[in-house]
Amino acid sequence: MGMTIAEKVLAGHAGRQSVRPGEYVWCKVDATSGHMLRALERLGVERVWDPDRVFIVEDHLAPPPTVDAANSATEMRRLVKKYGITNFFEFGRGGILHQLFPENGMIAPGELIAMGDSHSTSGGVFNACVTNSAMDALYILAFGELWFRVPESVKVVIDGNLPSWCVGKDVILEIARDLGTDFGLYKSIEYTGAAVRQMTLAQRWTIANMGVEVGAKFALFECDEKTDEWLSTRVSRPYEPVFADGDAQYETTHRFDVSGLEPMVAFPHDPGNVHPARTAQETGIPIDQAFLGSCTNARQEDLEVAARVMKGRKVAPGVRMLVSPASQEVYRDALKAGWLEILADAGCLVEHSTCGPCFGGHLGVLGDGEVCISSSNRNFQGRMGSSHAQVYLASPATVAASAIAGRIVDPREFLA
Amino acid sequence: METVFSGRAWKFGDKISTDLMVPGSYVLARRNIDPMEAAQYCMRANRPDWAAQVRPGDLLIAGRNFGCGSSRNGSEPLKTLGIGAVIVESVSRIHLRNAINTGLPTLVCPGILGLAEEGQTLRVDILSGKVANLDTGAELQGDSWEEGSPPYQIVMAGGFMPFFQEKLRSAGLITAAGSE
Repeated sequence: MGMTIAEKVLAGHAGRQSVRPGEYVWCKVDATSGHMLRALERLGVERVWDPDRVFIVEDHLAPPPTVDAANSATEMRRLVKKYGITNFFEFGRGGILHQLFPENGMIAPGELIAMGDSHSTSGGVFNACVTNSAMDALYILAFGELWFRVPESVKVVIDGNLPSWCVGKDVILEIARDLGTDFGLYKSIEYTGAAVRQMTLAQRWTIANMGVEVGAKFALFECDEKTDEWLSTRVSRPYEPVFADGDAQYETTHRFDVSGLEPMVAFPHDPGNVHPARTAQETGIPIDQAFLGSCTNARQEDLEVAARVMKGRKVAPGVRMLVSPASQEVYRDALKAGWLEILADAGCLVEHSTCGPCFGGHLGVLGDGEVCISSSNRNFQGRMGSSHAQVYLASPATVAASAIAGRIVDPREFLA
Repeated sequence: METVFSGRAWKFGDKISTDLMVPGSYVLARRNIDPMEAAQYCMRANRPDWAAQVRPGDLLIAGRNFGCGSSRNGSEPLKTLGIGAVIVESVSRIHLRNAINTGLPTLVCPGILGLAEEGQTLRVDILSGKVANLDTGAELQGDSWEEGSPPYQIVMAGGFMPFFQEKLRSAGLITAAGSE
C-alpha cells in the first residue's frame, strides 16, 4: 500500500520501509533550534549531537526590552560559544526564525525537523516535515533523534483560478472558516491542486505557517520549480523531493475552488471566526492599530503589496500602522526596492524584524478596548496584549487598505 | 507514578488557547518570572478569579482543541496551581506533548463535557482511560496510552526530565551523580 509524504519521511528517518498512522517511531532528526541549550547545560550534558544543525536566534524579545531579556540574550551567546553552534544570528543579522532559518539553508525537501515555536509548520512549504518540539528538543540536542506518532494524513485540494488580489492568507482563512480550526488536529495536511501550483512560494508559506492554526503537525506542499529556485542559492546539500504515492491513504480529502473567493478576515477571538472583508466593511469596524508583520505575512511580496496600496496615501488620523519585515534580508530587500520609503511616507512606523507585537510582547502591545487588524496568525483573547483588545486577522493588502480607511475594508478598490 | 486521580472538576469550554494559560504580555515577555506568579495569570483573561480558587488535587475538564496555539507550556501553570489531571474532548498536539513531558496527566475523553458539571467529583484512571463521575455514577471510556510506547514510558517515568536523565545516564552523557 502506498504512503503519504509524512509517512515516507518518517519511515525514511526511522530506517523503515514503511510506517502506518498511529504507530510510534523513533526518528533521526535533521535539525533543531537551540531554545533548550540552557536546560541541557544544567543537566550536565557538555556537547550537542551536531553543532552545525542547531539554529539559534532571539526573535521574540529582539532587541531586549528588559534587563531580564538582555541577560537571557547574553546567556544565549555564551551557550553558542560553549557548544560551538555555527548558525547563530545576532540582532541586525537575524529575523523571525521561520523566515530566517530557511533563508540560511536550514530546511530542504524530504527532511525531518523539530524545533521551537509552534509556527514551525511553516517549513512544510519546502516539502519538509517540520514541526514543533518544545521540551522534546532536549532529546534532539543530545541524541539527534526524537519519538513521533505517525499522523493520519489529510489532503486539501485547492483548485480554480487564483484571483489576482488573492493571497495565501485569504485561502487559509477560508479553509479555517469552512473546516474549523481543529480539522487538522495531530494530522499531516498535504496541500495540492491547480491553485496551489499558481501560488507563489510566499503564498504557500502563509498557508503552511497557519497549519498550526488548523491543528496540524505538518502542513506540506510538493516541491516544484518555485521551491527549487528559492532553495538554489541557500541549500548546497543534495535533497530529494518527496511525493505521495498514487495509492496513498488519506483519512479525508477536502476540496476548495478559490475562483470566487473574496478577501477574508478572521474576527475576534478565533482564527476560524472568518467572514468576508466586505461584511466587515458593511458592519463598520473602526481600528486603532494596523500591524503588518510576523512569520505569517511579512515577506517581500507582502511589503510590496502594502506599498502598492499605500503609495501616495496616508494612514488615517487616529490610526497607527506598524510594519515589521520578517527578517533582515526582507528588510534590506524592501529598503532597496523603495517599499519602506513609501510606507514611511504614508505614516507607518517601520520597525525591525521581531515577533514582538504578534505575541503581545513589546513594540506594539494593545491596550484595553483597542482594535487591531493584523497580518499575523492568531487573534485569541489576550494574544496581542490586553484581554479587552480585539484583533482581526487579514492579508497584507487588507491590513494596509484598512489603515488608510481607518476601518476594516475590502482592499480590492485600493488595488485597482 | 500515581495513575488514579480523584477531585472536584473545573469546567472550561472549547479552544482554550495557551495564550489564555500563559499570556504573552504578562508571562512570556518576562523571561525569569517566578512559576507561582506566572500561574496566577493562567486563565485571567477568560476567568479572572479562577487561579486563586484552585485547590491541589482539583481536576480540569474542557472541550475541543484544548491548548490550541502557541507552544508555551500551558501545563506548567496548571500543574503549579495543583491541578491533578486534565480531561478534554480533544487536545492540540503541541499541548499534549507538553503535558506528557511536564507530567500533568491529560486524557482525551470524548463526551467529558456531558459527563460532569463544575464542582462534581470525578475519578480518572489515566492508564485504563476510565473516567467516573462519583456524584452521579456515570462513566466514560477515554483514550489510553499504548503500553510501552514512548509517551507511555514518559508518563510512567513522571515526565520528560526523569525519562531523559535515565537515557543520558545509559548513554554515558552524564554521570549518575552529576546532574540535578
